[in-house]
Parts: sequence; structure tokens; C-alpha cells
Amino acid sequence: MAGAAVLGRLTWRAGTVASVRDETATARTIALKIPSWPGHRSGQHVDVRLTAADGYSAQRSYSIASAWAGDQVELTVQRLPDGEVSPYLAQVLAAGDPLELRGPIGGWFVWEPAPAPVLLVAGGSGLVPLMAMIRTRAAAGAQAPFRLVYSVRGPGDALYAEELAERQRRGDGLHVAYVYTRTTPAGWPVPPGRIGAGVLTAPGWTPERRPAVFVCGPTGFVEAAADLLVSGGHDPRAIKTERFGPSGGQS
Amino acid sequence: MSTHLDGNVLGGELGELFTADVTAATGQCASCGAVSAIAQTLVYTHAPGLVARCPSCTGVMLRLVRGPGRAWLDLRGITCLQLTPPGQP
Repeated sequence: MAGAAVLGRLTWRAGTVASVRDETATARTIALKIPSWPGHRSGQHVDVRLTAADGYSAQRSYSIASAWAGDQVELTVQRLPDGEVSPYLAQVLAAGDPLELRGPIGGWFVWEPAPAPVLLVAGGSGLVPLMAMIRTRAAAGAQAPFRLVYSVRGPGDALYAEELAERQRRGDGLHVAYVYTRTTPAGWPVPPGRIGAGVLTAPGWTPERRPAVFVCGPTGFVEAAADLLVSGGHDPRAIKTERFGPSGGQS
Repeated sequence: MSTHLDGNVLGGELGELFTADVTAATGQCASCGAVSAIAQTLVYTHAPGLVARCPSCTGVMLRLVRGPGRAWLDLRGITCLQLTPPGQP
């Protein structure tokens, strides 16, 4: 449990925004300072609650993007045009503002540093909890081979692109493959399209190697990717999925 | 377009009620007998509460409704839950 065992029930906590930074034109990372944060495991999320002056409140789930480091927790929020919560978080919230949240949440969609290879499959902002796994791997000095398959609309929508490129350049066992669904970078070898079976396998990354698999993204993406993985020979029991959508997840 | 999420989204509400993480627990569907992690159930949030359905047969396994100062939890769709007590690895 990496010292992050949560023995009590979850309660709402007050955090304070330490800083914000834009990741793309529509996504922002919010760094929060949360007093007596008990620590978290990579893949976990928090629930954020906004309450209006008249008492109306709305809550949404957001994955934690950062590895556990003291009382600082980073969330990356994708702004949805019709969202009730995300536009406030991604556009209005500023350093010094308070934010009410509950967490860390979830003990199933989590990765603990271990030697076994890990295949990560992300659709859009589904990368966020998987990025926490990549960062936790680095922070722990873990040697587990990691392969990330990241599906995004276009190059401008890719989260953490520079950090991923830098981590890949270090050559310590992280490999990243992009799938572009709407627009590709200039000279990209294949036209834009949905994720297919081809990109989910690579030299050394066959189902026989029995990687732990984590898939996160919108519901349709997760189910398509999980079907491809299972029909490609991956053990369904080795595949962990997390779906989000505009209804009650990240919006 | 699919309208469901999955059982990971139940973690916050259930975590206010129980010290064990129910989303990591496995439950046996009372309709079809399939055993799955609660995190893998299909969860519908467009309702007065949260409805979790079996990923194998879509039978209702769990319903959770919150009201001011109380919660209603219907587990008749689960014959047995296997939980890891908090603090255990």
C-alpha cells in the first residue's frame, strides 16, 4: 500500500489551489495543496464539489495526475463545452482559491510499482490516471517496462507531450505510440483513424508477455480498446478499465 | 453513444459509508452468477441515484440513493461480496 492506506471513511476536505498551468488549449492542470493528505496510489481519483451561493452543488470525478508527493496533488481537467463543472475548473479557478474535494478514491484501477510489464491505453484525457502511473514509476525508480498507446484527436490535443517525449528519450523502458483520430502531424505515416489492433501490439509487447493492462477514456473508446485487446489474446482478467463521460464522470 | 460509466465512479459515495474499498471488492451477480469487481460493473448515473449493472448479463446488482443525512443501498442483486478489510494488502 506504499504507506498510503486509508483506514477511515472518506470525508470532504478543503484544498487550496497552489498553481494552475495550461496543458493544451482546452485542458489545465490544477496543483492543489491539501492539508493532511494521506497519500494516494497511481490511478486513483478525487471527487470535486462546487457549491453555489444558493446552496446548489455539483460534483464530478477527476483523476489524479501526479505521483504522491507530500500534501500536493495535481489534477488535469479537460474543459467540456457543455460542462457544468469543468469550465469553472479549467478557466476560472486561480491560485489561492479554495476547492472542496473527497479522496483519494478507488483501490482497483491502481498500479503499484512491480517488475511486470505494463501496457497503458489512453483515449483523450483518459491519459491522466495513466500519467500518474508513469510518474510513479519514475519517482519509485521502478524498472517495469511501460508502453503507452495514446489516442488523441490531433497533435494539439495531446496532454503532457513534452514530458512524455523527454521521458521516452531517457531510454529507461517507457515507449509511447500515438494514434491520431482527426488530424495528424505533417508527414505522419498513416491517415487519421480510430485505434486498431495493430498499434496495440509491438515487438516485445505480445499477449504472451502477460502485461498488466490499464485502459482509460470515454466509454466508447474503452469498450472498443478492451474488445481489441481481448480478441488479440490478452487475458480479460489482466485488463483493468476506467470509463468516464459527460454524465457523471469527468465533465 | 453509450450512456454508462463503470463502478470506479462509485468509490466516492461508497467510501463515505464504508471503510473497506467496495469498488475493489468482487461481487457475484444474483441473476447470472458471474463474479466481477464492483469497479467493472456498468454504472448508470442518469437516475435519482446510482445503478450498477452486471457486466455479463446487465442485471441490476447495486442501487445507491443519497438524501439529506441518509443513504439507501440496495444490494439484493449481489449474492456475495468479497471484501479486503482496510489495512490489508
